[in-house]
Amino acid sequence: MFKIVKRETMADDTVVLNEIEAPRIAAKASPGQFVILKANETGERIPLTISDLDPERGTITVIYMVVGKSTALFQTLAVGDGYQDVIGPLGKPTDIEKLGKVVCVGGGTGVAVLFPITRGFKDAGNEVISIIGARNKDLLLLEDKMEAVSDQLHVCTDDGSYGHKGFVTEVLKDVLDNHKVDLVVAIGPVPMMKFVSRLTYEYNVKTLVSLNPIMIDGTGMCGGCRVSVGDKTKFACVDGPEFDGHKVDYDGLMQRLNAYTQEEKAAYEQYCKLHQT
Amino acid sequence: MTQKASKKEKTPRQPMPEQAPEVRRRNFEEVPLGYTAETAVKEAQRCLQCKKPACVTGCPVQVDIPGFVGQIAQGHFENAIQTIWGKNSLPAICGRVCPQEIQCEGECILGKKDQPLAIGNLERFVADRAREEVACEFPAKAAPTGKKVAIVGSGPSGLTVAGDLLLKGHDVTLLEAFHKPGGVLVYGIPEFRLPKEIVACEVAGLEKLGLRIECNNVVGRTVSLDELFEDGYDAVYIGVGAGLPKFLNIPGENLIGIYSANEYLTRANLMKAYRFPEYDTPLAKGKNVAVLGAGNVAMDSARTAMRLGAEKVRIVYRRSRDEMPARAAEIHHAEEEGIEFYLLTSPTAFIGDENGRVVQMKCLQMELGEPDESGRRRPVAVEGSEFLLDCDLAVVAVGADANPLLTRSDSEIALNKWGYIIADPKTGKTTKKGVWAGGDIVTGQATVILAMGAGRDAANSIHDYLTIGW
Ligand SMILES: Cc1cc2nc3c(=O)[nH]c(=O)nc-3n(C[C@H](O)[C@H](O)[C@H](O)COP(=O)(O)OP(=O)(O)OC[C@H]3O[C@@H](n4cnc5c(N)ncnc54)[C@H](O)[C@@H]3O)c2cc1C
Ligand SMILES: Cc1cc2nc3c(=O)[nH]c(=O)nc-3n(C[C@H](O)[C@H](O)[C@H](O)COP(=O)(O)OP(=O)(O)OC[C@H]3O[C@@H](n4cnc5c(N)ncnc54)[C@H](O)[C@@H]3O)c2cc1C
Ligand code: SF4
Ligand code: SF4
Ligand code: FES
Ligand SMILES: [Mg+2]
Repeated sequence: MFKIVKRETMADDTVVLNEIEAPRIAAKASPGQFVILKANETGERIPLTISDLDPERGTITVIYMVVGKSTALFQTLAVGDGYQDVIGPLGKPTDIEKLGKVVCVGGGTGVAVLFPITRGFKDAGNEVISIIGARNKDLLLLEDKMEAVSDQLHVCTDDGSYGHKGFVTEVLKDVLDNHKVDLVVAIGPVPMMKFVSRLTYEYNVKTLVSLNPIMIDGTGMCGGCRVSVGDKTKFACVDGPEFDGHKVDYDGLMQRLNAYTQEEKAAYEQYCKLHQT
Repeated sequence: MTQKASKKEKTPRQPMPEQAPEVRRRNFEEVPLGYTAETAVKEAQRCLQCKKPACVTGCPVQVDIPGFVGQIAQGHFENAIQTIWGKNSLPAICGRVCPQEIQCEGECILGKKDQPLAIGNLERFVADRAREEVACEFPAKAAPTGKKVAIVGSGPSGLTVAGDLLLKGHDVTLLEAFHKPGGVLVYGIPEFRLPKEIVACEVAGLEKLGLRIECNNVVGRTVSLDELFEDGYDAVYIGVGAGLPKFLNIPGENLIGIYSANEYLTRANLMKAYRFPEYDTPLAKGKNVAVLGAGNVAMDSARTAMRLGAEKVRIVYRRSRDEMPARAAEIHHAEEEGIEFYLLTSPTAFIGDENGRVVQMKCLQMELGEPDESGRRRPVAVEGSEFLLDCDLAVVAVGADANPLLTRSDSEIALNKWGYIIADPKTGKTTKKGVWAGGDIVTGQATVILAMGAGRDAANSIHDYLTIGW
């Protein structure tokens, strides 16, 4: 069992942080990599990004949003409970190097994924401008942590309850107009990454995105996580999860993410019914 | 000819009782039910006890077939299992999945005039009996050598190496990427053909012998080969299987509802999606299912789809019936269960609806032309023969390639041009000192028994290395 040593709820109660004992993974992981977790015998294998790690304590941290049956089950796990299986670190680490000026753009829980990468670029000596967004103030994640690893931090909310009212792309456009940017890293909902990539393409700025297709094994043996990148089929779990944002077929990715919406909805409703009383 | 011999030849091959096709096509319970002691003895008595048994030459690990069959004929079932274990540590599995018709039974002399001896059924019988009724008595372990061996991958190849080295007194740890050990035996081959309980029992037996199993360890990611040596392992065996799905590379292949066989079977078997939502992993249920390919993997996929409630399941294959690579028994079982065969048919594109779900497949009719490099007649398209097939679920089962995750993580392991590990055919030694490899990652997707045979050879070589030197 992989024991949970710390649990926090973030934003509203639907975003949960778990610090988990997994010494071997903690010793090995780099920014950009993920793990696959399975709660119990009947559970699914759920990929989550390693949001932070502590090799000395032998722990990794994941932050997830409750969106369906499996994440709802994860939500019930308390400190001292654990996951039956945690597998990783999976995926290619982010190619972190000193480039000059890097803009890190995150939306929703994507900010949890973005954080270790941002810290990596900062530690490598880059000037880092970060832009993070959420639907509203309550849902904004990791503002303090992102602030600590950025030279500038911009915050946006869709409803204007905090920071700039509007989308991250609006602030990004502003930054691109006023700075010579060497790299943009964009992580968040697929439409956000799509629009960021469209914008940076106009400015001819290299852009990395992190893709989240449905996965099972995470080792390249099933092909379920395949995505089209520049007309080539790639397996996101081993060839990614980061790809050149200008080449990704986002519409195809969004379609494949809907493969099981009916089954997922039924499973979640059944789960909620069982656990209400 | 003596009277005795002619009497033997007159007993027909004893049929294997099976679940009726109309029933089993909708359940996941095992199809063949097994011999009773009585039928096993009767079948065993058909064996001519040949002085130069051809059957043994057909078995990749040279099981002493007349030996164990003779013991069954005399009712000495315990001796029979000991005889088999001398060469084959997983007989309950091999009895069920070996392609006997091209191996042991294919060479059996009885088959020249009549039906060959049912060697696989008999092997299964003694192994099941040993598991269910007799307390398995393992051979004694040699004194501890103090040497540590890591085995990467828990398929039949890795399990064989583990068993052999444990008996020779070494300290053995099995590292497996998945959360459960067994390799293709648990994630690929379905329950109705190989009950998972049997695999679990074999693994538990090895654990009793002292095997340590670390699941969730993706070697190449979680640890590297060099780190294993730093951790004090003296030798490493790589048995990671093929494990990279091949696709057809035709338009529309990324539509929803199109699976690699690896994904389809992993969801169904390992993740138990056939028991969704009791188990959490979902799997699309097709009405019109097309399975592309005609090997064991294709038959398993087709029969799984049928059990998940499909109305029509079609095997779509470019070549003709004679070239279908699946075991004869699987093809026969599939046909009995109502699976249709679209032979000499080649898919050229998938067509989706507005939500990106597959709804149809474009196909071409083929005919057989000149023989190709493999000696099989090459299928060529018939002009103007294009037609559409309704399909809301397609499983691509056209083979596997070498998964590069581990092999590309260590530059000292030499690979051939297809990415398989180059290993000495006699010993399994790779180009990296202290590292052996065998099974599908060396040969490409082959058979359980060949993977086991490679494991046996490597175990002997590893033992020599640990006791004598490289
Ligand atoms: C590499 C990677 C990293 C990720 N990192 C994070 C993270 O750090 N934080 C976070 O909140 N989420 C992350 N996700 C998404 C997370 O895996 C899904 O939200 C989760 O699997 C939903 O499962 P569920 O059963 O709770 O919901 P469901 O209702 O079953 O699914 C909701 C939606 O999630 C997606 N999904 C379902 N199953 C899977 C699966 N096996 N793999 C991937 N996506 C799936 C589908 O689009 C589905 O419609 C990541 C995904 C990937 C591929
Ligand atoms: C659906 C299907 C049906 C089949 N039917 C038959 C049949 O009827 N008869 C027959 O003889 N053969 C059959 N085969 C072929 C047979 O199963 C294989 O030839 C055999 O399993 C190969 O054994 P192996 O030990 O080399 O590898 P595998 O059984 O493939 O096992 C390899 C193991 O290594 C693990 N692994 C991979 N990478 C890593 C890593 N980096 N770190 C740690 N672990 C890793 C995998 O998760 C897996 O568990 C079938 C194959 C399939 C897929
Ligand atoms: S191991 Fe396979 S080939 Fe050998 S005797 Fe048994 S069933 Fe036949
Ligand atoms: S070849 Fe057939 S008849 Fe002869 S020993 Fe082998 S199984 Fe018996
Ligand atoms: S998740 Fe199976 S290949 Fe990527
Ligand atoms: Mg789910």
